[in-house]
Amino acid sequence: MAKNTDSNVYTILFATGMVVIVGALLAFLAASLKDKITENKRIEKQQNILYAMGVNENDETSVEFVSKAIVGDEFSKYITKQLVITGTDVVEDENAYLIDLKKEKAASEAENRERKLPLFVGNKEGVEYYIIPVRGKGLWDAIWGYVAIDNQLVVQGVFFDHAGETPGLGSNIKERFFMDDFKGEHFLDGDLFKGISVSKGNADPKNLDKTDFEVDAIAGSTITGNGLAAMLKKDLQMYVPYLKTIKQ
Amino acid sequence: MGLLSKKDLKLITDPLADNNPITIQVLGICSALAITAELKASIVMSIAVLFVLGVGNVVISLMRNVIPPKIRIIVQLIVVATLVIIVDLVLKAFAYELSKTLSVFVGLIITNCIIMGRFEAFALANGPWKSFLDGIGNSLGYAAILIIVGFFRELLGSGTLLGIKVLGDPIEKTGVYAYGYENNGFMLLAPMALITVGIIIWVQRSRNEALIEDN
Repeated sequence: MAKNTDSNVYTILFATGMVVIVGALLAFLAASLKDKITENKRIEKQQNILYAMGVNENDETSVEFVSKAIVGDEFSKYITKQLVITGTDVVEDENAYLIDLKKEKAASEAENRERKLPLFVGNKEGVEYYIIPVRGKGLWDAIWGYVAIDNQLVVQGVFFDHAGETPGLGSNIKERFFMDDFKGEHFLDGDLFKGISVSKGNADPKNLDKTDFEVDAIAGSTITGNGLAAMLKKDLQMYVPYLKTIKQ
Repeated sequence: MGLLSKKDLKLITDPLADNNPITIQVLGICSALAITAELKASIVMSIAVLFVLGVGNVVISLMRNVIPPKIRIIVQLIVVATLVIIVDLVLKAFAYELSKTLSVFVGLIITNCIIMGRFEAFALANGPWKSFLDGIGNSLGYAAILIIVGFFRELLGSGTLLGIKVLGDPIEKTGVYAYGYENNGFMLLAPMALITVGIIIWVQRSRNEALIEDN
């Protein structure tokens, strides 16, 4: 062949050309799809929040959100108030669910101010739910979720999700058999904050004891489970001073 | 002559048995260990690799005469990473639920040595049609092993298949659990995946003596 693909000049030109073409292609694609992706993420947040308070289309074992088409209406129907708690200051904000927990944490630490904590108040069939967003670290990447509690501060439902936990092991935190275990769990012992740990060998695999501050772990996902317990401990605790004012 | 000549057909059938990417070429072992704790994850990964390897092999084969040999590995990596990221972005925009299922596999696909291995061993030296068949054949061979391993690990480790409790309920003690059977949690950990792959290699070699190396 006439072309000398082994020469240094050709190699450098090829590399440069390739980087420019691939970079431009990916940048163009990312920029043109950005709006659609952000919108999908916003809808997903609404679906997740509603899921935690029990507004979903689950059958016996599946995890089904309310459909995309009606989620906006359902969200304004069931979520009665969205609050932002800053220290002792509580204000209503109808876009509180759009607060990015990761960015807000970094910003509040950098600016050395109180962190803005979003809290969603829902009402389903006359029962009030308080839904707390949480975010932490799993084994490989971020994990996050929503914890719905009633006015007795007992967990009524949760939704967890993750960016990259091991498929078939840590990724099972978003499966029903794990999430459903949290229903009815307490995280306060009287006035004392205990959190909920994900424990191995807790001698309560049927999860009948709801005041042991534990749920059963998933085999093979110790670090994801520990990360999840740490996330609940850290993030729920920040809300405790406010939650004590709503306890009836 | 049909669409596939005898030689072409061999490209597809060989990797299914006597030249299997996992058990004979020892490619793609990492993902075979990582994601076979459940059958469903094995199937999803197999489909994703089928797509990426089929398309990737064709792209690399079309570029084979212009790729500078000194940086060919980097070029291969860029091609596969670009392909996977494009698919991921498009899915996120138009099929968000599907992208949620697949996003955890993205990293595993880019770093999967079966993909780089076939680019390097086949696509760089052969035409696009042959490379496409090689990609399909090898990903089917890969899928076969992943699904066998996933089947046994989920069945023996969790007592379920595709999430359905086929052996009864381990907590309520129904089905076989009523007779004292217990799930083997060790099956869920990576070492047992390696041992399962080892057993498959053993069975395969004892059936086909041509595969046994002389010492």
